Amino acid sequence: MREDGGVLVNQSTTKTTTGAGRVDREGLFIRFMRATEVDVRLLGMIAALLTIWVGFHLYGELVLGRGSFLTARNIWNLSVQTASIGVMATGMVLVIVTRHIDLSVGSILGFCAMMMAIIQVWILPEYLGLGHPLIWIIAVVSGLLIGALIGGFHGYLVAYLGIPAFIVTLGGLLVWRGAAFLLARGETISPVDSTFSLLGGGPYGSIGSTGSWVVGILICIGIVALMLVGRRQRQRYDFPLRPMWAEIFLGLVGCGVTVGFVMLVNSYPWPIGIVRQYAAANNLETPVKEIFISHGFAIPVLILIAVGIAMTFLTSRTRFGRYVFAIGGNPEAAELAGINTRWVTVKIFALMGFLCGLSAVIASARLNSATNNLGTLDELYVIAAAVIGGTSFAGGVGTIYGAVLGAIVMQSLQTGMVLIGFDAAIQQMVVGGVLVFAVWIDTMYRARAK
Amino acid sequence: MSDTTHNTPLVELRDISIAFGGIKAVDHASTDLFPGEVVALVGHNGAGKSTLIKILSGAYKRDSGKIFINGEEAQIENPRDAKRYGIETIYQTLAVADNVDAAANLYLGRELQTAWGTLDDIAMEAEARKVMGRLNPNFQRFKEPVSKLSGGQRQSVAIARAILFNARILIMDEPTAALGPQETEQVGDLIKQLKKEGIGIFLISHDIHDIFDLADRVTVMKNGQVVGYAKTSDVTKDEVLGMIIMGKCPPGAIPGPGALQTA
Ligand SMILES: Nc1ncnc2c1ncn2[C@@H]1O[C@H](COP(=O)(O)OP(=O)(O)OP(=O)(O)O)[C@@H](O)[C@H]1O
Ligand SMILES: [Mg+2]
Repeated sequence: MREDGGVLVNQSTTKTTTGAGRVDREGLFIRFMRATEVDVRLLGMIAALLTIWVGFHLYGELVLGRGSFLTARNIWNLSVQTASIGVMATGMVLVIVTRHIDLSVGSILGFCAMMMAIIQVWILPEYLGLGHPLIWIIAVVSGLLIGALIGGFHGYLVAYLGIPAFIVTLGGLLVWRGAAFLLARGETISPVDSTFSLLGGGPYGSIGSTGSWVVGILICIGIVALMLVGRRQRQRYDFPLRPMWAEIFLGLVGCGVTVGFVMLVNSYPWPIGIVRQYAAANNLETPVKEIFISHGFAIPVLILIAVGIAMTFLTSRTRFGRYVFAIGGNPEAAELAGINTRWVTVKIFALMGFLCGLSAVIASARLNSATNNLGTLDELYVIAAAVIGGTSFAGGVGTIYGAVLGAIVMQSLQTGMVLIGFDAAIQQMVVGGVLVFAVWIDTMYRARAK
Repeated sequence: MSDTTHNTPLVELRDISIAFGGIKAVDHASTDLFPGEVVALVGHNGAGKSTLIKILSGAYKRDSGKIFINGEEAQIENPRDAKRYGIETIYQTLAVADNVDAAANLYLGRELQTAWGTLDDIAMEAEARKVMGRLNPNFQRFKEPVSKLSGGQRQSVAIARAILFNARILIMDEPTAALGPQETEQVGDLIKQLKKEGIGIFLISHDIHDIFDLADRVTVMKNGQVVGYAKTSDVTKDEVLGMIIMGKCPPGAIPGPGALQTA
């Protein structure tokens, strides 16, 4: 099934390439890039990602005798593990675009997770009774709110008291981690509410085969609709149009990747133990071995997709987004243009905190508990994801899709290193090195682009 | 013009002072502006002209002094306050947002929105094309971030932004410094036209010919103080140069606190 998805993408690639094959070889690539408006950076990122994937798989195949990276199981897990970092990375884009930094995201995540665990395990069951359907909702809402408040407070310190974000959030890194420890006196709180735990994924926290197809088809319709609307707008105002073959190519790639991903997550079955449980609970007669239940999209992945769409909309279609980029490009000019730059800064950090709260939901639900070190070192992954995705420390430049891709790259590295048995010390060294390397690449890229 | 417009100035800056560290950038300076009038602020480099008008535009907070708009004391603490009073400013430093395009710059802070509260980029670009056409007909690069534009093009963007929103009071700090002869002439025509519409304009310029061509009055500053005020019809260019360079007040001018004391 997965192979089908792969072939679909390949076919579209070959088709289009031959379609435009009349042009001489040298001009072809440049022409292709211009027509599709794909930037080099995006291609580079995709190439890096594929290299990492194939590299880890081959390493497994050749050295360990068993390639386990490019399997439905691993990619499915990878998508779930990316969710938490990816959600925060979209917020980090805005922070870095406005020339700030947030080092406290991992600690805010830890603190929010601890608060939510306390609310749903220690406090609410006493009043509502264990497993009450309101418990998970109250827990999630308060987690998001606490995150937003903490972030907003950081933003206030940065914007109104003029303390550099580096210092405020470095302080926050220690303060909130410490606070989380104090709250639970260092204990791990578990298990979390059973509905809440679905937000972390797992067999029950996935939407199954049919649901995934529905989501996938909706996304494909969305892609095509966006392209049509865009084309009509350009036509109406006499703006230059993309060549038709480029439109079709982009549409096929978009839909192909979506469909391929749906097939992939659907080809990963529930583990036998869970199926047995399920069969017993539903009094199924069929022998357990013959039941194939697809995972489908995990809920955290759907959350990440939703956040990605919402944040893209926010940055490109709203005033707030425009102000973020204007401030990043020239803070003084933005202020003189009448933008309340301080208030925008507070909102950016509050949004960052909110997203940390959301990631805390995903991370603690996935673990089914809140532990003391939940989210430790996440700031590094999140910042690296944003930077790999093209967010520049010089300010004013960055994209949401880039950050999500960056998050996938970082998580792929992490997962791959675990799979081939690198220990934690080496993993840390690699992540640190990649972060520095990514910023260096970015600096070179911008120097060249000038 | 009616008597009331003559009696109540559109803007009155009274006894404004501001110091940066030890430097008294503006020292008890006063000036005023009537509707449909162009007042030139002149003086040597570092005289305090930009600083004075930045206080009016809300970019700096004054240490002391008062601002009156239409005879009523105005509370101007930041650029948003100033815009609320209909004050638009073209800064000497241009102050454009480099990484967004011309249309986004024109509407920065006051974006047009669709019925759903999203940005109406198409409408903004259409308006931008109109305004820019009036200023700089050669300008075509609407989709480019402003950082990719030439100095003069950036200046055109800054000017277009200021005239887009029906300002009552326009502050122009060396608006033509980077412009070519044709564009400079266009800005001159624009100033005359805005003047006819009853807009009051503070114009800062080092070009004495421009000043005599466009301004009704001059306010001369030296070392943060006002040397004197004069109608351009009552003084000669040389006399104004004398005020700027030596602080010497000619008979046709009203001396200010910074005038050279002749015992
Ligand atoms: N932000 C600031 N911080 C410190 N000093 C300043 C600042 N802005 C202006 N000054 C000082 O205030 C004085 C007046 O500066 P201002 O910019 O008002 O001069 P100007 O009359 O506009 O000169 P120019 O003709 O060169 O534009 C100068 O001595 C300058 O160094
Ligand atoms: Mg100046």
